[in-house]
Amino acid sequence: MKGRGKAAPVKQTRFAARDALDEATAAMLARPARAALTVLGTLLGVAAFVAVLGLTATASGQISKRFTALAATEITVEDAPEDRATADFAFPSDTEQRLTALNGVRAAGMFWRPTIPTSEGSESGVLVSARPPSIAAGQGEPLTVTAVSPGYLEAVHARAGAGRLFDSFHQRTGQRVCLLGRAAASRLGITRLDGQPAVFVGPTPLTVIGIIDEVDRQSATLLSVLVPSVTATNLWGLPGGLQGEAPKVLVETRLGAAPLIGRQAALAIRPDQPERFKVTVPPDPKQLKEQVDTDLGTLFLALAGICLVIGAVGIANTTLVAVLERTGEIGLRRSLGARGRHIAAQFLTESAALGLLGGLVGTSLGVAAVVGVAISKDWTPILEPLAVLPAPAVGALTGLLAGLYPAWRASRIEPIEALRR
Amino acid sequence: MSARAPVIEFAGVGRTYPGPPPVPALRPADLVIRRGEYVTVVGPSGSGKSTFLNVAGLLDRPSEGVYRLDGIDTATLNERDRTALRGRRIGFVFQSFHLLPHRSSMENVMLSLLYTGAKRKERRARALETLERVGLGHRAHAPAGRLSGGERQRVAIARALVNRPSLLLCDEPTGNLDTTTARTVLALIDELHADGFTVLVVTHDPGVASRGERAVVIRDGVLRETDPASLTAEAVQAVQDAQAVQVAQAVQVAQTVHEEQTVHQAQSRCVR
Repeated sequence: MKGRGKAAPVKQTRFAARDALDEATAAMLARPARAALTVLGTLLGVAAFVAVLGLTATASGQISKRFTALAATEITVEDAPEDRATADFAFPSDTEQRLTALNGVRAAGMFWRPTIPTSEGSESGVLVSARPPSIAAGQGEPLTVTAVSPGYLEAVHARAGAGRLFDSFHQRTGQRVCLLGRAAASRLGITRLDGQPAVFVGPTPLTVIGIIDEVDRQSATLLSVLVPSVTATNLWGLPGGLQGEAPKVLVETRLGAAPLIGRQAALAIRPDQPERFKVTVPPDPKQLKEQVDTDLGTLFLALAGICLVIGAVGIANTTLVAVLERTGEIGLRRSLGARGRHIAAQFLTESAALGLLGGLVGTSLGVAAVVGVAISKDWTPILEPLAVLPAPAVGALTGLLAGLYPAWRASRIEPIEALRR
Repeated sequence: MSARAPVIEFAGVGRTYPGPPPVPALRPADLVIRRGEYVTVVGPSGSGKSTFLNVAGLLDRPSEGVYRLDGIDTATLNERDRTALRGRRIGFVFQSFHLLPHRSSMENVMLSLLYTGAKRKERRARALETLERVGLGHRAHAPAGRLSGGERQRVAIARALVNRPSLLLCDEPTGNLDTTTARTVLALIDELHADGFTVLVVTHDPGVASRGERAVVIRDGVLRETDPASLTAEAVQAVQDAQAVQVAQAVQVAQTVHEEQTVHQAQSRCVR
């Protein structure tokens, strides 16, 4: 006789993962409105999570863009004495050497706009012309004349398109030469230097030895006539008094050295009265970024966390209600061969699926929010894959955790009790 | 008859609920149901019917005796194997159907195949085949919530049949149905028996119980085999008497509750 005698091994019942998914989907579709409401908390949490991380990254990216390496290595030292009328010329002649001696300084150079006396007292300042005033008096372009030391050219990364830049020789000997910025040259009609052209700054002729094609900073240089600072001093005197702009020093530092050099520069130039200088140091991009991260990020991440917790409580609550409501179904399934753990697996899958659904929709909304804000502000949206890709999983995990207790309760329901209803 | 293998073998099986005081819901009893038999168990509420059903259906363990299902001593099985045995060898039909209302008839029937490891492709075919067997092939895709009572019970029967169980265990299969519908469902059970299924029907209705080949009357936890034909006459009267007493008691309780409520309402009116 078949199956007689010793306990014949009964083939165990099983509950395949795919079946669990099917059951979870069917249960969610059975009550779509409830599923949607249950998912809401997780959805908001994950959306906030993605949006915060995305917006923080986007804002940080924006800051990094504004403060590139170039800007982060630029320091300006401006002479700002208490009494401009009586103060002497701030920068000693070896200012460049004093600064380049500092560890972290790449190049440094003085620059100022000399006060050039105008013969006719014209209002628009001195005119610069390619033709001598004896031929064309009162004609010319109102270009900026800037006295610079050779280090300045190095600091702005000036590149000569034609001719050459001046150097310490021209500086030391006060050669009557000048450089034209690309725009200034085209305004004056000078394109070639093989004829050794000269420009007249007011009545003063200066030989053009080079045309600057490109600079990386101080782009106003391209519209200027650059004169060696010693030559300018010889011609027009030292800047000072109440007229004109205060002389400045431009310092290019190595990356990351700007804050340090900013503290040392004034003392290096004039150890006797360092307090007379106003040193402009670029804002530290890292600091700014961190500020954004901490100020906004912490607050919103905390909010996102709270949303997730609320979402988890919502899922836990609904799943628990569903377990109590579906006691009959649980009893039926037990009578059909489902083990306690199969019941637990079913409810866990269901809550995890709810969480995943919330996570997916939330991630989409979060990404949409980041892109929307970026578009409205004309920013580049930055979404870290590490922040976006795991976000749906965070939702699923929330659901899974929320489902633990209800699933445990469901697995403990006795089939007899359940079927009595 | 005696050559056929036993499906259910009770040897001194009893169930006492632990006290205090201990309640002997099922007195030690011997009962053998063989393959292909149609046995009914009849008794009024409180007679130990549910306990018998739970023990026979492996939903509860007997507190004494040996229960063999298909020759397997169920006492030696752990919970996992008991569940497997229940799922594979017993097809339950409940009074309240226990269908999932949002799922189609077919999906409800397929639920039986979910845990027994049938291949996914096979499930549909087998479910449809079984639905056709109970005459509901045309309602396969209707949500269970939209079916009539008789249709629901037939879907439930299909769900119980689809695993080809050794035993079809019906708990008050007609309890929630009107007489006409009940008759069609009972006719279906007769047909299934004729097809060779072993059927055990637990009921309080002697009219239903009289349709079995064998009948067992249960009263105060004691099983006593009787002639099904005799049930229609005397036992009907006895069962109905017992029920009449219960109804009278219930009415009395209801009246008391009602009076109390009325008094309570009157009091609260006075307070206002």
